[in-house]
Order: sequence, then C-alpha cells, then structure tokens
Amino acid sequence: MTKVTMTVNGKSVSADSEARTLLSEFLREGLRLTGTHVGCDTSQCGACVVHVDGLAVKSCTVLAQDVAGAEVRTIEGMANADGSLGVIQQAFQDHHGLQCGFCTPGMVMTAASLLKDNPKPTEHEVREYLEGNICRCTGYHNIVKAIMAASGQDVSAIAAE
Amino acid sequence: MPKDHGIGASSKRREDVRFLTGKGVYTDDMAMQGQVHAVMVRSTVAHGKIVSIDTSGALEMPGVLAVFTGEDFVEVGGNPAGWLIHSRNGEPMREPKRPVLAHGKVRHVGDAYAAVIAETYAQAKDAAEAVAAAAQIAELPAIIDMKTAVADSSNRVHDEIPDNVCFDWGWVEDNRAAVDAAMKAAPHVTTLELVNNRLVPNAIEPRASIGEYFPGTGNYKLTTTSQNPHMTQLLISAFVLGIPEHKLTVVAPDVGGGFGSKIYHYGEEALVLAASKKLGRPVAWTAERSESFLSDAHGRDHVTKIEVGATLDGEILAFRTETLANVGAYLSNFATVTPTFLHGTVMAGPYKVPHVYVNLKTVFTNTAPVDAYRGAGRPEATYSLERVVDKMARELKLDPIEVRRKNLLTPDQFPYTTPVAVIYDTGNYQATLEKSLELADYDGFGARAADSAKRGKLRGIGLSTWVEACGLAPSHLVGVLGARVGLYDAATVRVNATGSLSVMVGAHSHGQGHETVFAQIVADKLGIPEENIDIVHGDTSKVPFGMGTYGSRSLAVCGSAVTKAVDKIIAKGKKIAAHMLEAAEGDIVFENGSFSVAGTDKSKSFGEIAFSAYVPHNYPLETLEPGLEETAFYDPGNFTYPAGAYLCEVEVDPETGKVEVVNFTCADDFGNVMNPMIVEGQVHGGVAQGIGQAIIEQTSYDADGQLLSGSYMEYAMPRADDMPMFTVDHSCVTPCTHNPLGAKGCGEAGAIGSPPAVVNAVIDALQRGGYTHVTHVDMPLTPSRVWQAMQG
Repeated sequence: MTKVTMTVNGKSVSADSEARTLLSEFLREGLRLTGTHVGCDTSQCGACVVHVDGLAVKSCTVLAQDVAGAEVRTIEGMANADGSLGVIQQAFQDHHGLQCGFCTPGMVMTAASLLKDNPKPTEHEVREYLEGNICRCTGYHNIVKAIMAASGQDVSAIAAE
Repeated sequence: MPKDHGIGASSKRREDVRFLTGKGVYTDDMAMQGQVHAVMVRSTVAHGKIVSIDTSGALEMPGVLAVFTGEDFVEVGGNPAGWLIHSRNGEPMREPKRPVLAHGKVRHVGDAYAAVIAETYAQAKDAAEAVAAAAQIAELPAIIDMKTAVADSSNRVHDEIPDNVCFDWGWVEDNRAAVDAAMKAAPHVTTLELVNNRLVPNAIEPRASIGEYFPGTGNYKLTTTSQNPHMTQLLISAFVLGIPEHKLTVVAPDVGGGFGSKIYHYGEEALVLAASKKLGRPVAWTAERSESFLSDAHGRDHVTKIEVGATLDGEILAFRTETLANVGAYLSNFATVTPTFLHGTVMAGPYKVPHVYVNLKTVFTNTAPVDAYRGAGRPEATYSLERVVDKMARELKLDPIEVRRKNLLTPDQFPYTTPVAVIYDTGNYQATLEKSLELADYDGFGARAADSAKRGKLRGIGLSTWVEACGLAPSHLVGVLGARVGLYDAATVRVNATGSLSVMVGAHSHGQGHETVFAQIVADKLGIPEENIDIVHGDTSKVPFGMGTYGSRSLAVCGSAVTKAVDKIIAKGKKIAAHMLEAAEGDIVFENGSFSVAGTDKSKSFGEIAFSAYVPHNYPLETLEPGLEETAFYDPGNFTYPAGAYLCEVEVDPETGKVEVVNFTCADDFGNVMNPMIVEGQVHGGVAQGIGQAIIEQTSYDADGQLLSGSYMEYAMPRADDMPMFTVDHSCVTPCTHNPLGAKGCGEAGAIGSPPAVVNAVIDALQRGGYTHVTHVDMPLTPSRVWQAMQG
C-alpha cells in the first residue's frame, strides 16, 4: 500500500493505493466519490470518464499511482459553486438526456471535454465524439440534443416531435 | 398551450438532479459496515459433470473467509419458473430444478458452481481462480443448436428430459384444423423462415447484490439491482432459501437500467444472504461486465417458420407459425410465459385476420438462460408478422402500404376479439398509419432516393404496423393461463399532518421517471404542488406488495393504484370537511385543492383537512378513524393494447453492404399521455434497441458453447453515431377503456415495432436497387450479411 495524493475537484486528497488500484477504484472506494461509475471491464462503456489535468480519460484504465499529483475532476465537481446544476448538467435535465442515470456522469464529463475543444459542434461531431460512451436507455437523441443546447445552439429544429 | 404541471405536462425529472451530480446511490455505491466480498466461480465449459471441487487451497489464501459450492445448497429449494405452461397433449412443462449454485453438472459457460468470500474483492478474485484451478469438471458434448437438441435424445441438458423440450405449445390449439384448411384453400401462401437473433440486454449498471444478516433480530436484508423487489423477496422466501417473508427485506435502490434482465431472481442474491448469515458480515457481490454477458438472462432467440395465406389482392386469410424458442440451460422466472402468452396472443397483429395458429416448442440448450427482454415475445411476434406481410405484398406485386390499409382493423371493430383469444379494447390503426406517412414525408421519398443514388447509395423505406399487449396483467386471466402470481399493483398515499404527501408504490423506477410522473398524477388530482409529494419505491419494508416494473405496466397498473388511493383520500377528506363545515357529505365538492360546500363560499383547504385528520380536535371520531392514509390495489380488467406505425428509411452502401438508418418515424397510440417528454424518451430508447437488434447486435455461441460475443469488444452495442434523430408522435389517442388514467403504456413499443421496419427498409432498398433475388436477410443486417445476400 502506498499513500497517493492528488487534487480532486479542487481539494487535495490522499488515500491508500495498491500498485494495481485503478483510478476508478481510488475515487469510488478510497474517496467514496461514487458518482464515477464502472459499467464494463474493457474500457468501452465510458461511465467512468473523469478529467485528469483537463483531459477526459476512462478512470478504469488508469492506475491511481500513475496520476499522483494530478488535478482530477469528477461529476461531483461539475455543479456551480452555489450547488446549482452547471450548464451541461442543466441541459441534460432540460432535454431529458438521461433515464437510469448510470452512464450519465461519463456522458457529462465527455460532453464537457468536447465543448472545451469544440464550442459549437455539429450533430455529427457530437455523435462522433460520443463513440466511447454507451447509453442503453436514451437512444442518444436527447443526449445529442442536450449537448448541442449546452453549446448555446438552437435545438428547436431537431426537436423532432 | 402545453400544460406546465400535472397530468400532460413535460415536467422535468426530479430524479435527474441526483444523477447529474453523482449523488445517485446504486447498489455498488454502498459500503456496509464490515462488508466483505463475494466472487463467483463460473464454468468455462458449456456442459460438464462436476467430479470434484477442492476448496482447501483457496481456504488457506489470504483474507478468504469461506467457499461455497452447490453442496451447501442441496437442502434448500430452487429458483422456480413463474408460469406453468401445458403442452398441446395436456402434459405440464418439464421443469428442472435451478439451484443457487450448480450441483452435479454445469450447464452453460458462466454457470456458477462455487463462490468465494474474502475480506477484499481482490483476495476473493485470486481465491476464485484457485478454486477453478482445483475443480475437476469432465466436459460433456455441448447442446447448442436447437434443431439438433430436439432431434438427438442421446445428449441432454437435463438428464431427465430426453428431447430437451420444455413444452410443445399450441395457441389456440382449437384453431389448428381451421387454420390448416384456410391455408390450403388460400389462393396465395407466402412462407418465410427467419431467426429472431439472441440479444444481451446490457443495462449499463451490472447486476450487484449485498446480503446482510442481523443476528439480534434474525432479520435479513438484500440490497439488489432489481426491477421488482417484492417478487425477489417472495421467491427467496417461499421457494429458494425459506427465509420467512417477514424476516427478509429486499431493497432495490437506484438501478441503472433493466430492460427485463433485472426482473428475475438470480442465484447470487441467495448466495450473499446465505453467506452473510454464515459469516455474520455483510456480503457484497458485483458482476463484472463479462459476467453480465455470461449470466444475465438473454433475450429473443427464436427460429420461426411463418406462413400467411392471402387472396391475390392481398387480403390476409390466415397466419400459421412454427417456432423453436431457446430457453437456455435453466428456466428463468418468466422464460415460459415470454415465448407463449406474450407472443402467441398478439400473433393476429393489427389485422382483421380470421384464422391464426401458433405452434412453439421451447428448447433447453447449454447456453445462458433466455427470458423477457424489452418487448418480450411481442417483438418476436411483430417481426414475424411484419416481415411476412411485406414479403407477401412483394410476391403479389402489391404496395406494402396498401396491403396494410386493406387489412388493418377499422375503428368501428373495437372492442375486437382476436382469433388468438384476447380482446383489443380500443385503437385507430388507420390514424397512426396515415400520421406516420405524413410525418415521414412519404411522398418525398422518391426525391430523397434520387439524392441517395447520386451519392452511390441505395435508399429504401420500410413500414411496420403493430399492436402489443401490455399493462401486465389481469390476474383472473393470467391465472387461467398458468401464472403462479397475481399481476395487480399497489400504492399507499400517506398524507402527512402538514399536508405534504409520501406515496409508496409497488412499481420500481430504473430510468422510467416514476418519481416525477406519479407525483404529477397525484398533484393533478389533489390540486397541490408536485414538490409537496415524495414518491417512495423499491423497499419491501416501506411499500405495499407490488409486482414491480416490466411489461409496460407501471403507469397502466401501478398508476391506476395510485389514482384509486388518491380517490380514497378525497372521499375521506370529504367526510372530514363535511363535519368541519357542518354540511352534508353529499354537498362537499373537492376542486383545486380545497373542499367546499357546493353553492357557498365555505371551504377548507387540503392542508386544513390533513391537519384535522392528525389533530382531531374537531373531528367525527365516533364514525371516522383519525389519520389520512389510504392503500389501493389495482388489478387490471384486461391487457392494454398500444399500437402504432413505424417508418424507417435506410441507405445501403452497395460497395460494402453497410446499412445506415437515416430517418425513423414513429406514430404511436399510447392512450392518454402523462408526461410527453418522458414518453418520447421511452420511444427513443426502445427504437434504438430495435435498430440495434436489426443491424448490429448479435449474441454468438460457437458449437462448443463458448460465448464469442462476451464483451463490448465483440458485442456491438449501439453508439451515438449508429442512430439518427427520431421523429416521434403520440397524438393519435384512443384512451384505454378499462383503467382510470386511460393509459396504455409506452416502455416497450419502440423495441417491438422497429426491427421489422428496418429490415423491410433494407429489403426495399435492395429490391429498388435491382437486387430482386434478395427477399430476406436475417438480423442483424451487418455489412457482410447484406453484401453476401446481394452477391446471391
């Protein structure tokens, strides 16, 4: 066991870590930040996406000890300072971009990464960027819509209702 | 102007806030005090005799507390099938015991035959490998292909079942001779052999369970990923472990999707309870995704021959089907009803067809158990019907749309008794068909096809008109058909002294948004704000005995129970108000949240009545009990029959065979809609699962029973870029006539109606493109399958 220290959602934190401890385990079991979910064993589903030093990564594929000292941001750090939903989170609620909620943390973290790189993505670009995030509930329609709305684009034309 | 609250409003979902901020609490998010970890040891062979399991080495390993094998559960019961089906000859189905852990034989890859409990997950996992290495399992020939399983009695999944057939069922058996005669006399018969491909449900949250035993009281608690905690409690109590029902609480907290796979009781749930009792520690188990693939109940897996008899101008005279349905190695809880009464009863589709006969054999194989997956039997029926009707239209050189127009039931025919023994209460199938054509701009298809052609693509359009039976289910009817449970649901409305409400419901929400929708219904009926109402679900110690969520039943059945309970609250409130207002009960009117004396300005608010019920100083105590809490059970009078028309447009790349769904239009009749936003979301999700089935999803076992599609590396889950934006409409409303909400249910429609629309569209594209020899391609329509079909 080694004590690993990193900054998570702006706070310096430490927890014990084995060499094989994954970042997802470190967050969920070490820090009890259980908003980051694990939905597969092969780095496909994307429920575990967090930001490490500003980059979206699948935390089930990163060893905790390898990111000692890093700045990590999780779904628990995405709300506004006053506790209200952030822009992306609010868009997901407004446009019904989630159902069971299990893939949602990863979707929100991936969406934040997309909009940082590409502030006004097209529908096609959003769909391409979500390649590594699987949702079984929504059919993606409302996720894509929510992300485009969060980017400030008018989504009424793709309401498709 | 859309409503902004109550029934019919697109209220934003209250549950979203916790899910969007990482504050949802799913089973694996919990950490009980002193919790230890279970890892299952699963068979790596499809069929084998368990010779010995030496656990001594594993028990010596660090942190290991116990190893369980099938021997430890020999004295307890088995996990039963929920429906008893009889064969055509009157014999009851063959029903082999399904133990907690495999005993004697392993029967599919992934069949758990031992479980290791250790202080940490990693220690349990290491020791599970040691158990597997020390186990001697003599491999037997695997039984995988259904036709071989039925024909070869020398090789048996269960030794006592010679032909591997669970039952041979006819529906309706009395129709058989008339159908045969109608088919013989028909001027034209179209025959189609098809496969309804096996699917893995793949809720993104893997199954997980935590067992706790409390020695001070002798009570047990199971926290688990369940769609219906009361059924799990009942099964564990009455059938599997014999824990008295009042000593076992089952909690299903936030659950990350189910789609059917979390309806059922699984052995791991019994295991963690038994282990907790033995060790005096909470025992937690969470599936890895590979375990989900190997051990969750799969869906579909039918091989069907369907025939339609018709006149030369396309009037449907008869349907006849023969199906082999895979149930896998053991009977999962709904495995016997899914291919029978959830399938045969809708084999008349939306058509005025006089003669229908369904024959279906369910077959044991050395594969994971197969059970209800979103739609459950109705997608299989709809796929067979809508494919064969399309093929018939093509053979007769008729427009598939005109053939539907000719044969759809007309609004004046309802209520309509079908030849497969159900009564459709309401519907307007012409309305949804015409709506779908309008929304899809059917008339503009030619121009779009020309545009596709310029880009070297073949464009096609496919239709599916469908009806399903859901809102499970009228107990008096299902009892006759073999159900071993009732299928009512229940709700308790507790008005608190300050006028806020806690509503305890038997349905469970795992994505459907019950916390929002049930609050909308109660708020609408009581005229109080939605935020004053809390919906409680998923805890058998808190909610009345309900049957959970599946079969698009939550709103139609549990929502009706909520409505009935609210009606009782209003009725009692009127009595209290009559006393307080010194008026006759019959003169009290309840409107907009207040009780008033008709024709006067005398009134009491809902809050005042609630307060009086709990502080009964001015209260008719001699005739009325204090308090304001009512429970209602609702048992539906019939199934509900949502229906619709779906149009799919595809582009096929003739160079590669790749299919792209470019437009998908749904016109649904769900009866009355409570929350349009949520209904549309349900359709989107269902359609995506149907498109997934049609073009990419495939569960493959090799001849030895090894699962070739055992992870997201091999099993193609629909991604965002596989899907188009959907056009969804639910404006064609014929309310259900037998429940108080007039609601029919919307959860499964998308998955039921969409696969044949996709396949019909691909066949249309190929036919239009000159590949006229291609009349059918089995799902999933992968590039290689389509390309090979094109090559002839």
